[in-house]
Amino acid sequence: MAAEQKKTKHILIKLLGLVVAMFVFAIWVMPPLYNLICDVAGLNGKTQGQYVSAVAAEVDTSRWVKVQFVAVNNEGMPWEFQPNEFSIKVHPGEATVTHFVAKNPTDSIMVGQAVPSMVPSNATNYFHKTECFCFNKQTLGPGEEAELGLRFIVDQDLPKAVKTITLSYSLFDVTDMSDSDVESKEQELQALHTNELSILTEFVPDKPRNNYIHVANRMQPLI
Amino acid sequence: MAHGPAKGISRWLFTTNHKDIGSMYLWFSFAMFLLGGTFALVIRMELFQPGLQIVEPNFFNQMTTMHGLVMVFGAVMPAFVGLANWMIPMMIGAPDMALPRMNNWSFWILPFAFALLVSTFFMDGGAPNFGWTFYAPLSTTYAPDTVTFFIFGVHIMGASSIMGAINIVATILNLRAPGMTLMKMPLFVWTWLITAYLLIAVMPVLAGVVTMMLMDIHFGTSFFEAAGGGDPVLFQHVFWFFGHPEVYIMILPAFGIVSAIIPTFARKPLFGYSSMVYASASIAFLSFIVWAHHMFTVGMPLFGELVFMYATMLIAVPTGVKVFNWVTTMWQGAMTFETPMLFSIAFVILFTIGGFSGLMLAIAPVDFQYHDTYFVVAHFHYVLVPGAIFSITAAVYYWLPKWTGKMYDETLGKTHFWLAFIGLNVTFFPMHFSGLAGMPRRIPDYNPLWADWNMISSIGAFLFGGAQILFLYIVIRAIVSGKKATDRVWEGSHGLEWTVPSPAPYHTFTTPPPKEDMQSY
Repeated sequence: MAAEQKKTKHILIKLLGLVVAMFVFAIWVMPPLYNLICDVAGLNGKTQGQYVSAVAAEVDTSRWVKVQFVAVNNEGMPWEFQPNEFSIKVHPGEATVTHFVAKNPTDSIMVGQAVPSMVPSNATNYFHKTECFCFNKQTLGPGEEAELGLRFIVDQDLPKAVKTITLSYSLFDVTDMSDSDVESKEQELQALHTNELSILTEFVPDKPRNNYIHVANRMQPLI
Repeated sequence: MAHGPAKGISRWLFTTNHKDIGSMYLWFSFAMFLLGGTFALVIRMELFQPGLQIVEPNFFNQMTTMHGLVMVFGAVMPAFVGLANWMIPMMIGAPDMALPRMNNWSFWILPFAFALLVSTFFMDGGAPNFGWTFYAPLSTTYAPDTVTFFIFGVHIMGASSIMGAINIVATILNLRAPGMTLMKMPLFVWTWLITAYLLIAVMPVLAGVVTMMLMDIHFGTSFFEAAGGGDPVLFQHVFWFFGHPEVYIMILPAFGIVSAIIPTFARKPLFGYSSMVYASASIAFLSFIVWAHHMFTVGMPLFGELVFMYATMLIAVPTGVKVFNWVTTMWQGAMTFETPMLFSIAFVILFTIGGFSGLMLAIAPVDFQYHDTYFVVAHFHYVLVPGAIFSITAAVYYWLPKWTGKMYDETLGKTHFWLAFIGLNVTFFPMHFSGLAGMPRRIPDYNPLWADWNMISSIGAFLFGGAQILFLYIVIRAIVSGKKATDRVWEGSHGLEWTVPSPAPYHTFTTPPPKEDMQSY
């Protein structure tokens, strides 16, 4: 009987180990694995992170690729958000800069995050973003408007069948999850405000009034 | 060892006896079956005619969700665990389960899990309304606040299933009587051993996916939240990685049951015993590599569609082996058609129909048309109702005389069978047609185009529901005033459970049975 109980205990421990292992697998292995597979295979229309290339790409002037831009707001996001150019024709290998415009029409500081998606999905591995506003959260004060920059290169190895690439950005309201961004924006605005007051009292006339419109200068590398 | 059960309520609260716990599982499961059936009848009442007549759309969604959850986790799974508790120790000549205290615990946390789940009906926001598959973000961003109760309910029922499964594995691997080799075990024991491993492998994944939901909802993570860098499609992958093995968890023990019943009433040994074992193991293995066939329309690349399509179709091979083995077992047998046999034959025929509609759904290009239509509803009800429910019903009729020592009324049993058989087909067969005509799942109101099919389905559903009340009456009548059953019960019965008296004494096989009693079919 004692030997039997020992064996039961042994089985119990092994099976509990399997339970724990599968739980760990579900939470800590599956999500990263999923993202890894999507990244490697370019699945799911997920574009890649920041692209850094050691050698300058050779421009393939023999063909044109049309890149279309779509900007949509996720449900409940009040910002005005649209691309400056809806469609650009580029040569593969050519670095191109374009801008999106976002405006926060509300009375409060808001934080937005743009999430990219690409069609056709077999183009995702050939679309390199060297700089993108989607790498960071965007914080806009009340009524503030910003031009958001995107710099990209279409790879020369893009399959010949792909003539048009559509890049879509969905803008999500992430204010609730970004307390620190809101705080630093508040401080920035406060500093600006006191600065402006002192400017006014000192009567310096040639100070630009609209100095908190930033143009494409928020593009910090993420990685 | 002469002592019997304790007296009064404490017998049930503190029992570690596998027969008591098995009975409690079965009664609990029947109660949940009636509750889930009531939800189904609310759905069928609303769909009797086009237009909104009886319930609000949100309440309708709560009904579809709770019907699925209660039937899967409350009715089918506990019923199989109950049968395992009753039969496995008796089939392998063991005195009890290997971990009797854990056995008590794994049953007694179940009522709490379902109390949590059902209590949401009485709270602000109402019960879960996002479908039994609880896809994010419906179940996270857009869920009612009560979703947290749902999450904890799922955690508890998952813990219960895991403990039950561990107990079954430990019992089968460790407590077999001397001489009961693995390849001599009855097929019900074999299929349950495989099922238990499936449960241990995937219930933690279910716990994981609801934990990720919990963290997304309350702790600011973004597993499934696109805004924070997560991905709702990830939810579907993790869920179906659990969900597909889960559907085999609900059918493998059923295979074991009919593999016990058909040889008894065909009076022939089971054809192809070892191929049955290998087929069950193959099905279990394949169940882990086909999950994405539930999400063909999610935007997978062509290669993925092909891999999952072919892997899914491959499952038809071991399943076909099983169906042919059952048919061959009956071939030229001296068959009689007692109630358990009727349910088992209906199982073979109707489960095969459900399998064929499954093959249709496995074809990725046509699945784009069938996806999320009533065709899918028809398919999975054809595998679950005649599959799981009919096999459990067959098992109850088959072993009830052994449990209670009393026979049920054969005429009433056959009446129950024919009412259920006709009710089931009238309910679910028209759904194939309304589905092919384009009727989507989970809608309270619909195009009048589908009105006739829906009216027929609703009539069938009430017939089927009524048949289950008759079932309850038959079981109670057998317990109260049934004729005394013999120890052998059935003329063609084989196996250790028939060597003990009827009703089975409170303690059986305190000394191992003689080897000559062990026959492997």
